[in-house]
Amino acid sequence: MINLNPKIYDNDVEQEAIRVGFGRGLVKAGEKDKNVVALCADLKESTKVEDFAKKFPERFVEMGVAEQNMAGVASGMAAMGKIPFMASYAIFSPGRNWEHIRTTICYNNANVKVVGAHAGLNVGPDGGSHQMLEDIALTRVLPNMIVVAPCDALEAEKATLAIAKHVGPAYIRLAREKSPIVTTEESEFEIGKASVLVEPENPEAIIIACGLMVHRALLAARKLEREGIKVSVINNHTIKPLDQVTVLESVKKTNAVVTCEEHQIAGGMGSAVAEFLAQTYPVPIEFVGVANRFGQSGTPAELMEHYGLGVDDIVEAVKKVIIRKNG
Amino acid sequence: MILTDEKTKYLEEKAKDIRRDIIEMLVEAKSGHTAGALGMVDIFTALYFGILRHDVKKPHWSERDRLVLSNGHICPVLYATLAEAGYFEKKELMTLRKYGSRLQGHPHREFLPFVENSSGPLGEGLSQAVGMALAERIDNPTSQKFFYCLLSDGELEEGSTWEAAMLAGKTKPHNLIAIIDRNNIQIDGHTEDVMPLEPLADKWRAFGWHVLEIDGHNFEEIFAAVGQAKSVFNRPTVIIAHTTPGKGVLEFEGHYEWHGKAPNREEGEMALKELRTLGGRLKGD
Repeated sequence: MINLNPKIYDNDVEQEAIRVGFGRGLVKAGEKDKNVVALCADLKESTKVEDFAKKFPERFVEMGVAEQNMAGVASGMAAMGKIPFMASYAIFSPGRNWEHIRTTICYNNANVKVVGAHAGLNVGPDGGSHQMLEDIALTRVLPNMIVVAPCDALEAEKATLAIAKHVGPAYIRLAREKSPIVTTEESEFEIGKASVLVEPENPEAIIIACGLMVHRALLAARKLEREGIKVSVINNHTIKPLDQVTVLESVKKTNAVVTCEEHQIAGGMGSAVAEFLAQTYPVPIEFVGVANRFGQSGTPAELMEHYGLGVDDIVEAVKKVIIRKNG
Repeated sequence: MILTDEKTKYLEEKAKDIRRDIIEMLVEAKSGHTAGALGMVDIFTALYFGILRHDVKKPHWSERDRLVLSNGHICPVLYATLAEAGYFEKKELMTLRKYGSRLQGHPHREFLPFVENSSGPLGEGLSQAVGMALAERIDNPTSQKFFYCLLSDGELEEGSTWEAAMLAGKTKPHNLIAIIDRNNIQIDGHTEDVMPLEPLADKWRAFGWHVLEIDGHNFEEIFAAVGQAKSVFNRPTVIIAHTTPGKGVLEFEGHYEWHGKAPNREEGEMALKELRTLGGRLKGD
């Protein structure tokens, strides 16, 4: 096991929301580079842009509830040499303002960072209207755009600093709820470099996960290990560009893949993996994700179970893919 | 800048050349937007040959004024003006809309680095211009760099335009000057039939802008309005420029049918003949 929080399997594992890590990373990015600016559409506190706004008020633009304009303004600021981070909930940005992101940011190849907070089912009680399950699909189809979905707050902080340094459009996906710290302060983060978290001798399958699902994938792997089934786990935090080398090397050792994400199965991280493997190394794949449905109100835990994103769902998917491989 | 008779004559000659080039490139391209491009020639001429701070030899000069074209479909006038100003050779105009051309059907700065923004989808340019002005303010609060945004009247139907107008009303960038091509037409007909925009000046005033209305074919009025806009230090300015779509060719003038089509070879020849005989009629009627 590499770079894993030693308490990861304990009940008292440290918890922190991924968005909080982003907030810390944004302040650090602002300290490192005076060209970093932030824009927010009336959600300063919940997207965690607030600390940056307090520290650098002259570099913060309160947009009001106007996500379409936010994309264009960010593009204009980038044209003048700024590095804008534009934050809202993922449902509104890149949801509401997708074409503005396409034209003014990606088509212009503007150095803008789109921050999609409150992505996924974990928004919980707010219900399906606010549970963005299509943002990875929307952003990864855009030329010039890179797409990052960190697995915990520590990784979100590092990813924020990394995308600030990367020149070009980027999307970073954040979750609302507190979630276990999976990585450590020392864990390295590099855009486009997936991390292999668990790699036993002669694994029978590989689980490729992103975001909150990385922790669940680890729990599923341990459960399977106790049943005598050895699996690898990859934290695929960069959905685009996909780390083809790591994915291919790891998949070749197992010939069976399960992808896990808090997103629609259609068009998500698993689709990106499947597109790549279909062309290079076709093997059986099972997809753990939301299957063509909208969310609803409930606690995050209830919803993850309801929509088939529980630890046991991953365990079942692994068993199924191994049967398919051997069948 | 003082507009002498001599300078006016010079601008009129430039405008005639640009109109000729627009017609020729549209005929060659066999598609494109005629009415808006011809209608905005006088404003583009005034901007590139008198108003804008720019340097043909240094297109990326950091101190240049910025011109954001929001309604990218009128790009034949942008391309023809850039060529007239010497940014590239005029023969390249004949590649408009063709495979491999730098002159894409709607401007793309990856192909043509002289343009400040790629555009086409409506209702996005004003946001970009506001963003540029706000970025400039961070580095240089008393900047004398000006940010011009050219918009169509039809695109004011896009809600995002008003999001941008609201933000500019709040942040008050003094160096932002929007120029609306008020030609009263859009694809489906006259703007007031498709979606009434009036009272247009009142709307912008309500959003906190300094509003000016001019004849968009009268160089004196164009220069005076921009001069006044530059002296307004506590608000952005919008210049509502009343123009005639298709200006310069009687058969095209005022007809919304010419919004999105190019003249065929016969119509082009007729138009060129007419341009040559216009005389003083290009000035505000």
